Amino acid sequence: MQNKKNRLRNLVTTCATAGLISAGAAIAAEPVKVGVMLPFSGVYAALGDAGRNGLKMALQENTAQLHGRKIEFLEMDTEAKPERAPELASSLLDKDKADFIIGPVHSGVAMGMSKVLRNKDAIMIIPNAGAAAATGPLCAPNVFRTSFSSWQPSYPMGKVALDAGYKKVVTMSWNYGMGKESLDAFEESFTAGGGEIVKKILVPFPKTEFQPYITDIAATAPDAVFVFFAGGGAVKFVKDYAALGLNGKIPLLGSGFLTEGTLEAQGDSAEGILTTLHYADNLDNPANKKFRQNYQDSFGKPADIYAVQGYDAGLLIAQAINTLGGDISDRKALIQAMESSTIDSPRGKFTFSKAHNPVQDIYLRKVEHGENQVLSIAAQALEDPARGCKL
Amino acid sequence: MDITLFLFQLMNGVQYGLLLFLIASGLTLVFGVMGILNLAHGSMYMVGAYLAYYFVNTTGSFGVAAVISAIIALLLGILIERTLIIRLYRRNHLDQVLLTIGLIFVFNALQSLLWGNDPLGVTVPTWLDGAIPLTDMIEYPVYRLFVSLLCILIGIGMYLTINRTRLGMLIRAGESNRDMVECLGVNINRLYTLVFATGVALAAIAGIVSAPMVSVVPGMGEHVLIACFVVVVIGGMGSIKGAFVGALMVGIVDTFSSIMLPQLSSMMIYILMAVVLLVKPKGLFAH
Repeated sequence: MQNKKNRLRNLVTTCATAGLISAGAAIAAEPVKVGVMLPFSGVYAALGDAGRNGLKMALQENTAQLHGRKIEFLEMDTEAKPERAPELASSLLDKDKADFIIGPVHSGVAMGMSKVLRNKDAIMIIPNAGAAAATGPLCAPNVFRTSFSSWQPSYPMGKVALDAGYKKVVTMSWNYGMGKESLDAFEESFTAGGGEIVKKILVPFPKTEFQPYITDIAATAPDAVFVFFAGGGAVKFVKDYAALGLNGKIPLLGSGFLTEGTLEAQGDSAEGILTTLHYADNLDNPANKKFRQNYQDSFGKPADIYAVQGYDAGLLIAQAINTLGGDISDRKALIQAMESSTIDSPRGKFTFSKAHNPVQDIYLRKVEHGENQVLSIAAQALEDPARGCKL
Repeated sequence: MDITLFLFQLMNGVQYGLLLFLIASGLTLVFGVMGILNLAHGSMYMVGAYLAYYFVNTTGSFGVAAVISAIIALLLGILIERTLIIRLYRRNHLDQVLLTIGLIFVFNALQSLLWGNDPLGVTVPTWLDGAIPLTDMIEYPVYRLFVSLLCILIGIGMYLTINRTRLGMLIRAGESNRDMVECLGVNINRLYTLVFATGVALAAIAGIVSAPMVSVVPGMGEHVLIACFVVVVIGGMGSIKGAFVGALMVGIVDTFSSIMLPQLSSMMIYILMAVVLLVKPKGLFAH
């Protein structure tokens, strides 16, 4: 543990020093201010840590692209509390005059940030929160997302389920934005192809007493179950599902977050689960291999999806600064540079849609021997429909 | 709902209720005997689960891990009572709330430092890793039945200790009049230390036995704390019997409302509490 902390500190220091040295070359250049609004405490702390690690690693690896500009990080702990978001965002925008604001993890916080930051001078880059609205009705020229829209990981699973011959499916999630949007996206493609949702179960957030619901699913006996759960809830759900003996009897499908960063805790109970997501640990491409190796060396633990998304936010910044030769004062040019960039992400190359959401491949994965094995590409270059966005 | 499904759900509800009882019993015991409102009680549940995770991985045996974790929790309880809680006996509930909320933050920070923030899991011990098929679709895990049995045994043990032993008599006496017990030559301080440590250990044991069934995550203590308070309020602050009845009521109501009134299910246990308080303002079995 101590070791891990030290390595982290080293990386941060190296990162700062690297910036300082190259800044010497361009004395006049002010540092680029990067505000970071992620949860470093509370339920989502692990996700916040990973996102920050990825972001800093990307900017450190690409110092050459920064044209002598050094990076100054301004970190704010959102605690994943939506009510704190507007205040923190205002402070980064008005007091610190941040050039970029990276955040958040939680969709509720994203709404609060977006309210303050839309159409303002700072560029907001969302490294996780999937709320449809952020690149839908609330889309704005200065708001980008390097993660996913809630629609993207779940929509392709509808077709996967139909291809497997499933006709009647029960869907289940927590009763909150991300969960409901994921179930809707699945339902959209599944029912369009003739499937039927026989029951939709919405569990009050953040309740994890799943046993009654799973008993109910067993009594309904559908062809398959599609769920959205993440983090600790995903661990509990998968364990309960297997404990009641349903694993292997009623196939379990999910948005990929069901088995991201949770497989070790889920153990054998996760075997055989099918999920769709824009990333998998063992994707066979050079960017991913290099990224995973460096991340492991720097932080002493394997990278996860949240680290990838933070990393890509860093790549996006570095690439835009490079395109503009280090001068990002013209915000219009900056936005244009960002819009037209192709990110060579560990997840595979992706571009941005008009609404500034990644246009990316979605992979079909199956849990085998405690790993998410990629079976196929479930949807190629999938673009979020960005309903309600006028960009 | 046919009869088999009803019975399954009843089992689910009873099982949840029994576990709630195990957690809540420590809370109500400490409040009843010592008049201390320990908001950090949920943290002790979390500590139990994390200790179990740690020792299962270092010793490789769930049984050994459970015993070590429970002993550490007991010692932790003694330490907290001797250094901190002892200063609160003559103070009001507000001071107790402030101190014990502070403890929640301390334990959360320690958990984050020691074990990080990723969700962790403990595997069910192999000797309990079976399942009893109930229909061709559903089976019931042996481990969960074992936990229910353990909760019942601990409940009976507490009942007998409090009502049938000399120690229990002293506890009951201390509950009704601290000063008088002291005048009669009983070392009330030692008694209090014992009661507080037992309360902590009960929460920790609940955390230990829950660890294989749940995900071991930051904040897991706060979630159970709220349900525990509902249980304790329904049963009557300080009553072990009340905690038992309250916990089963909460478990069963929560289970059935989840299925039958999904829209209202998050409110149902609070509605239950409100109704009970309307009829019995001090809870079902208050002294």
